Amino acid sequence: MIKVESLTKTYGAFTAVDDVTFTALPGRVTGFLGPNGAGKSTSMRIMVGLTPASSGFAEVSGRRFADLPNPGLEVGVLLDASAQHAGRTGREILTVAQQTMGLPSSRVDEMLDLVSLSPTESGRRVRNYSLGMRQRLGIATALLGDPEVLILDEPANGLDPAGIRWMRDLLRGYADQGGTVLLSSHLLHEIEVIADDLVVIGQGKIVAQGTKAELLRSAGTLVRTPNVQELANALTASGVSFAPSHATGSADALRVDAEAELVGKVAHLAGVPLVELRAAEGAGLEEMFLELTADTQRDGAAA
Amino acid sequence: MTTIALEQETRRVPRPAPAPIPLSRIASVELRKSFNTRSGFWLLASVGIAAVIATGAVLLFAPNDQLTYDTFGAAIGIPLSIILPVVAILSVTSEWSQRSGLTTFTLVPHRSRIVLAKGIVAVGTGVVSMVSALAIGALGNIVGSAIAGVPTVWDDGPAFLADVVLFNVLGMLVGFMLGLLIRNSAGAIVAYFVYSFVLPTLAMLLADSQQWFRDLQPWVDVTYAQSALVNGTMTGEQWANLGVTHLIWLVIPLIVGVRLVLRSEVK
Repeated sequence: MIKVESLTKTYGAFTAVDDVTFTALPGRVTGFLGPNGAGKSTSMRIMVGLTPASSGFAEVSGRRFADLPNPGLEVGVLLDASAQHAGRTGREILTVAQQTMGLPSSRVDEMLDLVSLSPTESGRRVRNYSLGMRQRLGIATALLGDPEVLILDEPANGLDPAGIRWMRDLLRGYADQGGTVLLSSHLLHEIEVIADDLVVIGQGKIVAQGTKAELLRSAGTLVRTPNVQELANALTASGVSFAPSHATGSADALRVDAEAELVGKVAHLAGVPLVELRAAEGAGLEEMFLELTADTQRDGAAA
Repeated sequence: MTTIALEQETRRVPRPAPAPIPLSRIASVELRKSFNTRSGFWLLASVGIAAVIATGAVLLFAPNDQLTYDTFGAAIGIPLSIILPVVAILSVTSEWSQRSGLTTFTLVPHRSRIVLAKGIVAVGTGVVSMVSALAIGALGNIVGSAIAGVPTVWDDGPAFLADVVLFNVLGMLVGFMLGLLIRNSAGAIVAYFVYSFVLPTLAMLLADSQQWFRDLQPWVDVTYAQSALVNGTMTGEQWANLGVTHLIWLVIPLIVGVRLVLRSEVK
């Protein structure tokens, strides 16, 4: 289990992580979702003690990370697959971790097998690795100590589709055996297919969290019509709240906070033709996510 | 199917807390890390290579009356006094320059233990390298005098050799300190050359022109104080000079460097 409580990190006037509180539960994959620069990596670095928090705290398996006697056996961590000495071979990097944790050397071969790095590949220096191979090596390092908790920052980066599928099955199996998995991503769809729980972060703050089912359910109804303005007026008159939606890629859609049936009735009474009417599913989440991204981009342009 | 499910369930029952990682294990891993890259391996190999080349050069070029152990020792000592501090620098800075610190400091979150382990390895490497190099020099002395047909002269006693080893270990610790302080390979190596070649030259120029500095120099110029170690027997005052200058130029910056490493963010 990972518990993060009121975590805040400031750099001068800039708040990178702002009062973040969430819990990642055993047996579940928790997706930590946010655009680039939202504070995901900083939060994860604080969890494993690489960055000191300004206030608040994070606990793994009920203890502060620094209080774990042999952290590698309890928490598997992959923060940046490229952060390895480029002059070491893949096997040597695993051996260094294996010796630090005090494990038998056979674990190294088991892990190389698990992540499908061949003896030739593991004998090559990491500077010659593709990003995908580095990710596999990073996963191997994280799993080496058979930990109960995994903290992975963008583990799917650089993997090919088959690799992403492999990673997904691996993490799913790991959580099904009672492990706690926290993984971050800036890609909604990547997280959607694997996570049980979601924590969405933007500009350092949590903007949504809950089970994936809850977050997708709360998204309302998506409706498309050529007469957007008329429908908007009718919905306002009926006291139903709505927002313009960009889910279809054009301006002809609305996301309505009501059941599809009600929206259909309102449209029918107003005589507005509908092109599409369906549960918005991920659309709400996706829009929230796009807004977050747009905000950070605007800030980037202003800075 | 049920059995598998049960096994999987029981696999994650709370396990007893693992034993803490002993310092000896961290030190042995750090020792391995100083050999297991190509650059690290060749850097350490170059200690032996330099000792052999220096010994060979003395055998070839030194006049017969200078074929003494002191000549061999001096020829070997100079390249080592440059290589060994670089070994110490890289053992620290590679964690930042190569970013392997992300893993190192996650597997061992108490950074002071990593720093201590690296310090032990640096001093150990320094002592072992110097003893091996001096042994190669001794071999050269025996072979050289036999070839030239002159008596074998052992003009450096154990006390002086211990001073020479200390001189090189201090040099390594200076490199180690600069590594912690700067945490960047290129920057720390440049700083080391400024520290041990540029500053002494400036100090010498200043001492030549200013009487007050000439009187003060043994107490503030660290290289000046160190050089006494390799220039014959040390007096009590020279030991005091060595202590004071290293307090200013090694111990205090080392404390600052360690604090920086303990507090800094590892990215």
